[in-house]
Formats: sequence, C-alpha cells, structure tokens
Amino acid sequence: MSTQFSINNLKATIEGKEILKGINLEIKGGEIHAIMGPNGTGKSTLASALMGHPKYEVTDGEVAINGEDLLEMEVDERARAGLFLAMQYPSEIAGVTNSDFLRSAINARREEGNEISLIKFIRQMESKMKELDMNPEFAHRYLNEGFSGGEKKRNEILQMMLLDPKLVILDEIDSGLDIDALKIVAAGVNAMRSEDRGFLIITHYQRLLNYITPDFVHVMMQGRIVKSGGPELAERLENEGYDWVKEELGIVDETVGQA
Amino acid sequence: MLNMSTQTNSPVNQSLADALSRSKQEPAWLTALRTEAAEAAQTLEWPKPEKMNITRWNLDAFGQHKASDKVADVSALPEAVKELVPAEASANLLVQRNSGVVLSQLSEELRSKGVIFTDLETAAREHEDLVKAHLFTAINKNEDKLTALHAALWSGGVFVYVPKNVEVELPLQALLYSDDAEATFAPHILIVADSHSRVTYVDNVITNFGEGAAASIHQSIVEVIVKPGAQVQFATIHQLGQSVSDLTLRRAVIENDGRIEWIIGDLQDGNILSDTLSVLKGNGSTSDAKVISIGSGSQKMSLTTQAVHFGKSSDSNMVTRAVMKEQGTAIINGITKIEKGATKANGVQTEKVLMLSPQARGDANPILLIDEDDVTAGHAASVGQVNPEQIFYLMSRGISKQEAERLIIHGFLTPVVSEIPIEAVRERLHKLLERKLGS
Ligand SMILES: Nc1ncnc2c1ncn2[C@@H]1O[C@H](COP(=O)(O)OP(=O)(O)OP(=O)(O)O)[C@@H](O)[C@H]1O
Ligand SMILES: [Mg+2]
Repeated sequence: MSTQFSINNLKATIEGKEILKGINLEIKGGEIHAIMGPNGTGKSTLASALMGHPKYEVTDGEVAINGEDLLEMEVDERARAGLFLAMQYPSEIAGVTNSDFLRSAINARREEGNEISLIKFIRQMESKMKELDMNPEFAHRYLNEGFSGGEKKRNEILQMMLLDPKLVILDEIDSGLDIDALKIVAAGVNAMRSEDRGFLIITHYQRLLNYITPDFVHVMMQGRIVKSGGPELAERLENEGYDWVKEELGIVDETVGQA
Repeated sequence: MLNMSTQTNSPVNQSLADALSRSKQEPAWLTALRTEAAEAAQTLEWPKPEKMNITRWNLDAFGQHKASDKVADVSALPEAVKELVPAEASANLLVQRNSGVVLSQLSEELRSKGVIFTDLETAAREHEDLVKAHLFTAINKNEDKLTALHAALWSGGVFVYVPKNVEVELPLQALLYSDDAEATFAPHILIVADSHSRVTYVDNVITNFGEGAAASIHQSIVEVIVKPGAQVQFATIHQLGQSVSDLTLRRAVIENDGRIEWIIGDLQDGNILSDTLSVLKGNGSTSDAKVISIGSGSQKMSLTTQAVHFGKSSDSNMVTRAVMKEQGTAIINGITKIEKGATKANGVQTEKVLMLSPQARGDANPILLIDEDDVTAGHAASVGQVNPEQIFYLMSRGISKQEAERLIIHGFLTPVVSEIPIEAVRERLHKLLERKLGS
C-alpha cells in the first residue's frame, strides 16, 4: 500500500515555549519533500515532535500515518508503524555493539519466536554496509561511540536501509559529510526511493538536493511552513539566501522561541 | 551493643579456638595462632569502612563449626550442588560445604609436576612448611576484630601451591557453599605461585538456604603470594543469599615482575563488605582488578579496591562497575597509594555506578595518595542514571522501552565483562547478570 502521511495544524512546545505554530504537510508514498530554513526556525523540533521525543509536548493538531493516529503512539510504536528519523545528533551508547543494536531493532518488528537468523542478519548488514562503503569493523564498534560526524550519518542511513521504513525523515543528513560520502549517502537514499515510501529531508544545502531531487521544497520560519514550491525554490534559496522570502512575507526575525 | 542475632553463638575465646585446632590435629604453631587471634579479637574493633556502618550486620552470627562428610566424587554431591559444578572442571576441583571441605581432586598430571591443590586444613598438616611460611603474611591477623575472628575460626579453605616455572593451563576450580545457616562458613584461601609459575583459580561462593533463614555471615580471607615473574588470575563469583552478610578480604603481595588479575563478581543478595588489595612490592609488578556488582532490594554494599605501590615501574589498574536497583546502597572506594621510591609507577582507577531507581544510593570515592613525584596516576568516577536521550534513540528504532533499558544496562557492564580473560567465567557472569537484572 502506498504510504499516506499527513500533518495537520501541528503545534508543539518545549519547556512551555511554543516552537511549532501550526504545521501542515501531506506526504505520499514515492514523494520526496525537502524542508529548508534558517537556523532556529523549528525544523529539528518538527522531526523530534513527530518521533515523539519526550521533551516536546504536542499541544494541538493531528498526525496520521496510513490512517493511524501517530500522536497516540509511544516512540517505539511510531517506529514500528513505519516512521524513521535519521537524527541530526545521533546518541552514542557505550557497550552496545552496532550489530547487537541493529538486530534488536529488526527483531522488534518481528513476532517472538520468529527472530531473524544470525546468518541472514549478518548477510543483510554486511551487504548494506558495503553499499555505504562502511568498514565492516563498524558492526562491532559500540553504537556511535567515537564515530566521526560523517560516520554517524552513514550509520543512520545503514539503519534506515535495514529497517525498511514507510516514512523517512532525514535531519541534516548531509552535515559533516565530505563530497564522496555525500554521494554514497544520496545513492543509499535514492536506492530506497519507492512508491510506498515517503521522504522528508531537512537540509541547509542545495548540494544534497543535487543528488536527491525533491518533488517539493518547503521553507520553514517562525515555526511554520511559510513557502512551498518545486526544486527551483531550493536553487533560488541557495543563490539568494532567505532575505527575499522574509521581505516577501514581511518577516523580521525568522527564528522561533527566542523569547 | 545490642546483639540482634537470633542464633546461639558460643563466645569466641581461646578455649574455643584451641579446641577447634586440636580437633583438627593442627600443628602447635597453628593452634597458637588461633588462640592468640581469639584473645586479640576480644579487644580489637570491627573495621570501619567509609560511609557504611557494618556493626548492624549481625557480625557475630558466625555459627557453629559443622563438619560435613567427605564424598568420593562429584556424583555423590547433593543435586542442588552438582548443578553448580562446571562440567569441564571436575579434574581439578575442590568443594567446601559449610565448615569443611568434602571433595578435593587434582589431576595426576598436575600432581606429578608438584602442584598442590587441597583444603587448607590438610595442607597445614601435610605441607606444613609451605603453609607456615605464607599463612597470614599478606594480611595481619590482628588488623581488626574481623581478621582476628577469622584467624581464630576459619575452617576448610583452599591451599594452592604452584612450583617454580610450572604453568597450569586449566583453571583450578573451587565451589564454596553453605546450606546450613547455623554452620560456620569461613574459608581461608591461600595461593602461593612460585617464581615464574602461572595459574588461574576460579571459585564460586554460594549459599543455598531456605526461606526465612536466620541472619548469618560468610567471612573469608584470600591471600595470594605472587613470587617473582609469576602470574595469577583469581576469579570469584559470590552469590550469597539475602540473609547472609558477606565479609571478604582479598590481599595479594606481588614480587618483581609478578602479575595478579582479580575478577570479582559481587552478585550477593545480602550485605557486602568486599575489599581487595594488591601490594605491588616488586619492581615491574602489575595488578589488574575488575569488579562487577548489582545491588537490589535494601542491600548495603561496601566495595573497595586498593593498590599500594612500592616497586619501581609497578602498574595497577582497577575498575569497578555497579548497577543499583530498588533501595540498594553502594559505597565504592578506590584507593591508589604510591609510596616514596616507587618511581615510574602507574596507577589508574575507575568507579562507575548506574542508578536505576531514585531510591537507590551510590557513592564513588576515588582516592589517590602519592608520595613520589616521578609517577603517573589517574582516576575517574561517576554516578549516573540511564540517559533518556539514549532511551529515545533506541526506541526510535522500534525497540521497546524495557529492551532499550536492558541494552543500556548491559552496555554499561559489557566493557568490563568482555575483557574477562576466562571464557567460562565470562559466560557464567553474563547469565547471572541477566538473572539479577531481570528480576
Ligand atoms: N531541548 C530544547 N531546549 C530548549 N530550547 C530548545 C530545545 N530544542 C529546541 N529548542 C529551541 O527551539 C528553537 C528551534 O530549534 P530547532 O532545533 O528546531 O531549530 P532548527 O530549525 O532545527 O535549527 P538548525 O538549522 O540550527 O538545526 C530554537 O530556538 C531552539 O533553541
Ligand atoms: Mg536542526
């Protein structure tokens, strides 16, 4: 079934400050949406609120994934319903190997007694690591511990590939990547493009969108989507910055939650 | 002080110690050692571990000496005990039940190389010179009331002697268990590794009392004498019941280029005083200590690791990790002492406590005492909770909260457990950790 993901008037606060002020967005399977916007305008907050981070309180709105109410679900249930968030700053967890973690995540989607066999798991993991040009040694390293910025990002994509989600949010997956790594990560994303999977890509740079062509581009300011367009919008932002958008909309301070 | 013990204990005095020694036909010097200690115990004070009042632990509930009948082999042990004997271990195995050793066997091969592995009572009679030369040399029997009482009352126990240049490949294994809360449970373990020898000793200390057992204590002292160039691995897992207070002191003296590795799993359900000290006497001597513990219920635990450096270029490393559940209290002390003249010594210690409950208490006290300039030393200590960001990250991959916590807790202990050099001990610890964390 082709994925249907809809965000309707989503509002969220952190420590009592309202950061998301009514987000509306519709993502269908097969579509790639990019969200751009200056620092501190609520992009990561949107990603975290959708994933259900406990620090963010959703105060209004609805989010549905394939007809199911996402906001009613616990974080792990959201993931099992098909949501995947590649985080801007992935956590480091000492003592838990990457492969033990990945296997737990895969098995969390399977019935008890029907766990993935070790051989099959290793085969899958190794083939995806190869696609991402990751050193096989990373399977045995502790999860993200001491990984460089770029290595962490690649590891996020590895997880995405193994977990086969329905809706993927990539929060600045391109930051910290050198140009070769960027191409590899983009190829990984493109390989995952399919009719039943939607993408929401948060980025500051056109250079990622040169490799992953979006269907829609949205600009976020002051905790709202203030402008939407096609791929040409991203190119214009890259060339001209955000001032023209602010001018057009009469926005002076684009940030949100700065008291 | 009010004696809260529900047991009837004979007062410990010279005549009790004397009678015990005579009943075992011990040599006169050992009888004298016991009676002197019994006398000293009457005036000495209990030890006072940092931030922990142990005087309420029924310290004098040491029970009555109860000898157990010897058995011919493993198959004659009670079922509950047989399970605890590692299948591959039987060649070199010693079993103590309550106050006495019931089984001790050593392969012909090791015997022919001159290795001794027997109970300490037998060793005191049959290898008198060796025992006399080393017993109570790594610890002063009159250090405090605890050591003195132990010296007066110990029974059973283990004696290991590895001759010069002999390398013992397989671990020597001991099972020290008690199934009678009223029996004295006080083994003394003496290991002597002669020059350039190598040996691994692994024991399990277990009580198996029914529900509602009276409060009792397990008091044991371990002495390891590491002669020049010798290497000793000492691994121990304690699983004593809730009604038992475990008072265990471990001491090693390491001569030139000798090495000791301590691996300690403190997985008791009752109170714990666990104190492990390496005296790095020789130049180039090294010590490595790993302690893993899980506290639950209303357990009180005082876990101490110590290293004292005398030798030049001596090296010590101490790691303690504890997970605290429910209302458990852990006071974790690390003491690295470098004496004047121990140039180029290096001492490192880390204590980490992971708190799983707001009612649990954890305290890490790293102490460096350094009297020499030309040394390196370091310490790190932390007491923390499970990080909610980490839980969020794992859950965002579909992993349930419970499983996420399990992964993080194991991850906390794994870096230490995975470095344990003896596979059987590592696996047993994994299993026990799983069990104690699961409940
Ligand atoms: N945990 C938090 N505690 C306090 N303030 C927060 C927290 N998370 C976000 N904020 C505030 O919310 C606002 C939006 O932050 P957010 O991280 O969503 O911005 P962003 O658009 O992702 O920015 P960037 O492009 O720099 O990543 C900022 O002012 C930020 O300081
Ligand atoms: Mg951000």
